[in-house]
Amino acid sequence: MSSQNPEQQAEQAADRLPAQAEEERREQPVVRTGMFGVKTSGDTSGYGRLVIRQSPKISTPRPYGGPDGAAEAGEFDEIADELERAFAGFGDAVERVVADRGELTFFVKREHLVEVARTMRDEPSLRFELCSSVSGVHYPQDAGAELHSVVHLLSITHNRRVRLETTCPDADPHVPSLVPVYPTADWHERETYDFFGIVYDGHPALTRIEMPDDWVGHPQRKDYPLGGIPVEYRGAEIPPPDQRRSYT
Amino acid sequence: MSSTKYTEYDAYAADEAAEGRVFDVNGQDWDQVVSGAEDLGDERLVVNMGPQHPSTHGVLRLILTLDGETVNECRVGIGYLHTGIEKNMEFRTWTQGTTFCTRMDYLAPIFNETTYCLGVEKLLGVTDQVPERAQIIRVMMMELNRISSHLVAIATFGLELGATTVMLNGFIEREYTLDLFEEITGLRMNMAYVRPGGVAQDLPSGATSKIRDYLDRMPKRLQALRKLMDDNHVYKARTKDVAYLDLTGCMALGVTGPVLRATGLPWDLRKSQPYCGYETYDFKVATQDTCDVYGRYLVRMEEMEESLKIVEQCLERLQTVKGPVMIEDKKIGWPAQLAIGADGMGNSPRHIAHIMGTSMEALIHHFKLVTEGFRVPAGQAYAPIESPRGELGAHVVSDGGTRPYRVHFREPSFVNLQATPAMAEGGMIADVIAAVASIDPVMGGVDR
Repeated sequence: MSSQNPEQQAEQAADRLPAQAEEERREQPVVRTGMFGVKTSGDTSGYGRLVIRQSPKISTPRPYGGPDGAAEAGEFDEIADELERAFAGFGDAVERVVADRGELTFFVKREHLVEVARTMRDEPSLRFELCSSVSGVHYPQDAGAELHSVVHLLSITHNRRVRLETTCPDADPHVPSLVPVYPTADWHERETYDFFGIVYDGHPALTRIEMPDDWVGHPQRKDYPLGGIPVEYRGAEIPPPDQRRSYT
Repeated sequence: MSSTKYTEYDAYAADEAAEGRVFDVNGQDWDQVVSGAEDLGDERLVVNMGPQHPSTHGVLRLILTLDGETVNECRVGIGYLHTGIEKNMEFRTWTQGTTFCTRMDYLAPIFNETTYCLGVEKLLGVTDQVPERAQIIRVMMMELNRISSHLVAIATFGLELGATTVMLNGFIEREYTLDLFEEITGLRMNMAYVRPGGVAQDLPSGATSKIRDYLDRMPKRLQALRKLMDDNHVYKARTKDVAYLDLTGCMALGVTGPVLRATGLPWDLRKSQPYCGYETYDFKVATQDTCDVYGRYLVRMEEMEESLKIVEQCLERLQTVKGPVMIEDKKIGWPAQLAIGADGMGNSPRHIAHIMGTSMEALIHHFKLVTEGFRVPAGQAYAPIESPRGELGAHVVSDGGTRPYRVHFREPSFVNLQATPAMAEGGMIADVIAAVASIDPVMGGVDR
């Protein structure tokens, strides 16, 4: 599979990564450009077989800029400065900050999530008074942080948005509940529990909301078995969607 | 199948020890229920309203604890229309996603598609490259859709309060709006018309004049609806000071849309965080300060009138702004324009001639885009828009592949429905209907 073309080699190294260590690989963001993920040979053969399921662990250096994506310090730096000023344990609580595609994300350690959210809500210069949504994302390959709980906050006062992302390991799927700070998180967290199995500690009534009460499993996890469809032809079975031959 | 399987654990079995005496009301046991309730001497009655109650907007289940006609406690049960749309989208290409998400809130399909497409475009970083004509068509379709959605809100609302006249009038007008959708997209609902990079096809030749006719008749019809409702004594008696929810309550419960604007806060994403070029249109944000059902009705009426103004501005612009309705980038834009043929709608003959007869490259592009789709750089984006029910947002996550890694929709119906107990508890049971109707939840959107 290895090519003599240096550009192609670089691409294969970035895409297939056979020689790289697992940890090193996970640190690299997956950013594909070009038509179909191919920059050199123009592969039109169909199946690329480039299976990469990894979350980019990128961290943006200062300045963060603003929603317009400007290079100089902007709105996002203001938010970060204010949070740093108002929340004493900022360096301890915020693992990394990502400013990407005009959106600001704080990766908050779960122990500090409620306090960070409370500061976000109460501090007049931040004043994120509305919690837009809480949703989950499952990254099975992200060892130690398989489950992500993503909170979108909105400040009507300052007309800004920010995202708080919290991770928890699959073995200990606990994240503190935001209901005491944002009552609207009630149903969002129930939904995320229902679909991902993230247990929100402190939630007043964490029960299933979409699936039946006696359902087993959490359907939107990547490892949830989907089941194939038996067809009446010589015992054949249409495989589950995640096991079918597919493009990546 | 053995029956023992189900006796082990029955989640729905009534626990008499915990809940007191339970009457199942399975049918033909009403006498037993009545005499049993008399024996208990208990004024409290737990009633399941729904999930099949006609006035709970589809399959919403309200568990009401009643003391006489007063609602002491209201719990909301949802999940009866969960269809796994978000999960399904993970196994289809980015473009095919619109076909799924359009079915969520089935009264506002264009909004579902637009929020998803804006999210995908944000991830691709091509927001600025979407042609102006496509953006104008999107805005026009969204505003037409807002009108049709609000008309259903008001029509079903009237019906639920017992006024069939309102229902019939509302649905007639909605029908004309759906006719426009059919003319433009080929479908009346679930159109999958907005696609990443633009819209599926340009307006057909007769559409402009049809929209003009619509704009001519609609103000009069809305006026007629207003005449029927605005000062209607019965209507006001049922809606004024009912289901009160103020700004503090809205903020805490995350309520947006007409319910929020009826508290006097002019928060409308079209104005405050514009998308698709809304900042260039001239319109007002409707507000009321009554915090009640009547105020929410007035907000919806005014929004429809404002929407008509926007549609009018769109039509004017469409006369001068020509050009493509799909992004120029051949690696993202859907290659084919659709056309009506003898056997229905399909790829336009000109496009077929192009790929089959003249250009090998075009054929390859078409094949690759349709079978494999395009790749979206890894990352996440949140794209909120103002749907008829409030903030509708798509949280789109990509791992760099040709299919979404995860799509989550912040559905305004889902969020706003949480406010039902806050509106209904302490009030009369009849007002529960008014409260739910004024939230205007669409269960397809709530459960997804």
